[in-house]
Amino acid sequence: MFAIIVNRVGGAVVTLIGVAVVVFILLRVVPGDPVAMMISPGASPEDIAALKAHYGLNAPILTQFWIWTKAVVTGDFGTSITLHLPVTDVLASRLPATIELAFAALIVAVLLGGGIAIAGTLARRTILETAIDGFNSIMLAVPDFIWALALVLLFAVALPVLPLTGRIDPDLAEGFATRFYLLESVLTGRFDVAGNIISHMAMPTLALALPLAAVIVRLLKQSLKEAMLQDYVLLARIKGFGELRLVIREALRNAVGPTLALTGVQFTFLVGGTVIVERIFAYPGIGNLAIDAVINRDFPLIQGLVLLFGLIFILINIAVEFMVALLNPRLRHA
Amino acid sequence: MFNVTRRQAMAASGGLLASLLAPRFAGAQAGGTLNIAYNVNLPSFDPDTGPSSVNPTIQAIYRSIFDQYVGQKPNLSFEPGLLTAWGWNDAKTQVWMDVRQNVVWHDGSPFTPDDVIWSIQREGKPDGGNPVSFIWANLSNFKVDGHRITADAKQYDPVLFKWMAFLTGYVLPKTYFEKVGPQGFEKAPIGTGPYMVDAYEGNAYLRLKAHPKYWGGKPAFETVVFKFVPDATSRVAEIESGSSDVTLEVPYEEYDRLRVKSGIKGVCTPISDIGQIFITNGGVMDDKNVRLAMCHAIDKQTIIKRLLRGYGVAIDTLEAPEYAAYDASIKVSYDPALAAKLLAASGYSKDKPVKFTIQTTRGFKPKDYEMIQAIVGMWRNVGIDANIEIYEIAKHFELRMSHKLAPAAFYNWGNAIGDPTTSTGFAMWSKSPHSAWHSDDLDAKIGPLWGETDEKKRIQGWKDVDRYIAAQGYILPLLQYAQPILYKSSLKVTPNVSGALQPTLVSKG
Repeated sequence: MFAIIVNRVGGAVVTLIGVAVVVFILLRVVPGDPVAMMISPGASPEDIAALKAHYGLNAPILTQFWIWTKAVVTGDFGTSITLHLPVTDVLASRLPATIELAFAALIVAVLLGGGIAIAGTLARRTILETAIDGFNSIMLAVPDFIWALALVLLFAVALPVLPLTGRIDPDLAEGFATRFYLLESVLTGRFDVAGNIISHMAMPTLALALPLAAVIVRLLKQSLKEAMLQDYVLLARIKGFGELRLVIREALRNAVGPTLALTGVQFTFLVGGTVIVERIFAYPGIGNLAIDAVINRDFPLIQGLVLLFGLIFILINIAVEFMVALLNPRLRHA
Repeated sequence: MFNVTRRQAMAASGGLLASLLAPRFAGAQAGGTLNIAYNVNLPSFDPDTGPSSVNPTIQAIYRSIFDQYVGQKPNLSFEPGLLTAWGWNDAKTQVWMDVRQNVVWHDGSPFTPDDVIWSIQREGKPDGGNPVSFIWANLSNFKVDGHRITADAKQYDPVLFKWMAFLTGYVLPKTYFEKVGPQGFEKAPIGTGPYMVDAYEGNAYLRLKAHPKYWGGKPAFETVVFKFVPDATSRVAEIESGSSDVTLEVPYEEYDRLRVKSGIKGVCTPISDIGQIFITNGGVMDDKNVRLAMCHAIDKQTIIKRLLRGYGVAIDTLEAPEYAAYDASIKVSYDPALAAKLLAASGYSKDKPVKFTIQTTRGFKPKDYEMIQAIVGMWRNVGIDANIEIYEIAKHFELRMSHKLAPAAFYNWGNAIGDPTTSTGFAMWSKSPHSAWHSDDLDAKIGPLWGETDEKKRIQGWKDVDRYIAAQGYILPLLQYAQPILYKSSLKVTPNVSGALQPTLVSKG
């Protein structure tokens, strides 16, 4: 077990170093100089050189990379050009919002997808199954940002019951000890605040969750259908267990493995989807931040964000790997 | 372990449900709060350094928190700001500035002439991160006599005091800034402006409270909330649902739909932002006939009418009607027959068209790509075959700085102080890093105007330059943009030609 952990951590470090090198070089090779975007039309070559020096962009790329790497090793990701704040502080303040949103979407997707898949299995070979499959195809075909726009029109314009933008009403965004607003408000019993946060998260959460839920429905339902044909299910049925119990107690545990593995992979796409969805809902997470960073060519911030996204993806994959192994003894022993 | 009683669970559920269903759309009138669905995020609170300081769309927020040396009215004319009077000595070697009295910072400390001097010196440091430091570095050897500051100028700059109402022309608190440092200032900024920072969440909102001791009188609203909503569809939904009281920069189609809706009003007037096609020397662009044919072949009025629903003003120079050097007599006619004749003189026709690339953004400005498509279609009718290449904003600036734009490149140009140096001057002077056309004949005409001491002569000189540019086809001005603003009908909004939708320009109707 120890060897596996060392192996995974080692692999993760190598991957992150690769990501850091690629993003650092790419940013400086592709067109788009942050200094060119801010200089005044009257600036002289000396003024431009002074600005480049101010942001550490005047040295050769290799020198810049060496300086940056040395700083990163000590936990210093530099200072954001646009925000004037340490990148580490900025990421630490924005990441909790995205984590809460992504996990809320994951929970909704699993509950919704799991529920529909079980319902579809129970209703196999009926008109209800056809209806579920049809609905699921729509959920699968529509990307998250289109869901976001549809939800805006539905719940913010036609039936204005949900707040459209932000993470919380500004008047309530006080007195937090952490940046995990939802978690903290629930744990401290501030349920009115939690309700406000949930109402703000409802639309972006749904927009992110629906496509993932569709993937879960498709795979889990197929796995459940196959499991329902196995001998152990037949034996249970002979024993007189009801259909619901057969699906949930007998088939689900064996069918859930592939779904879990795929959900893990899809969850990384969901995290990637926060970039556009957070933008539409003006949600203050790292996705929204990433768009501004790219538009403004904020090199230190982009580098920090890409490394953070890379780390998130690696951690999710490792977590999924361990969970699948935990659920499947054959994999565990292998 | 948590021990939750049934009563506690019921209370918690009730609280949760109540907050989910709570009425959430309080109007501006109800609580003295003005909610603005704003089109950009505020990245930094420092209005004098970094990329944000030269971003025109953020100036409305900066002007709410800070004051500028010189103020500016919505029609672009200037008025006293933190300086009540200013000027040059007769020899044009020194400036004098009278500092306003009885002004206090948001923390209650007094504003002094030292704040003005320190701010100018900070802005002028070449390595301080101010993108226009050369403007401020012109002044040195400051002296204070009562409330009057004098300083030596390296050279006469006729636009210096206009810059004091423009980008990076903000006064920051010397003592406070030195005490908390740049990062401390980002976390808790103070200014002398009409509103004080109360709460801020990047990419979400900025909440401001009225400055009770503001020298210009207490603002109309006790609280102002800027919601940062960069997505245009979401801004439309914000105003349509009533969650915001004011919004701006929505698509013109949505503007027309919503401005007639009950409870919503709209205003859409021209602002100091011009859409233009840069022409870069070299290749076919060295042929005057080709350049002039490009200009005469475009029906600007039709483009504005069809694509921008009539919102915009066709222009033929880089000076909008509100600018100091605007000259209505300079006209470049829409004349496709003349365009074809000019091209024929250079050996081009519809069968043998002149070919080049035109670059454009897509979705950055209203209908930018569609406008270029229409223009390329009009050009094709006279014998110009242009290939469209899409670029993003950052690439445009890098190419422009390195003089590597395509032969034709569409972009916009703002000039909130309306002076010809900051439009025609910097767009056409070859030594400016943002000019595309570089030629000695034009430099010879522009050069003497930079330090011209006779204001009347200076403005006339720029008008003459504009006439020459139009005759040579060195750039292709297209239109002056109009800014759509939607607001609740219970409010009154005064449009600002600079495009800065300041809360002080919104009042209860």
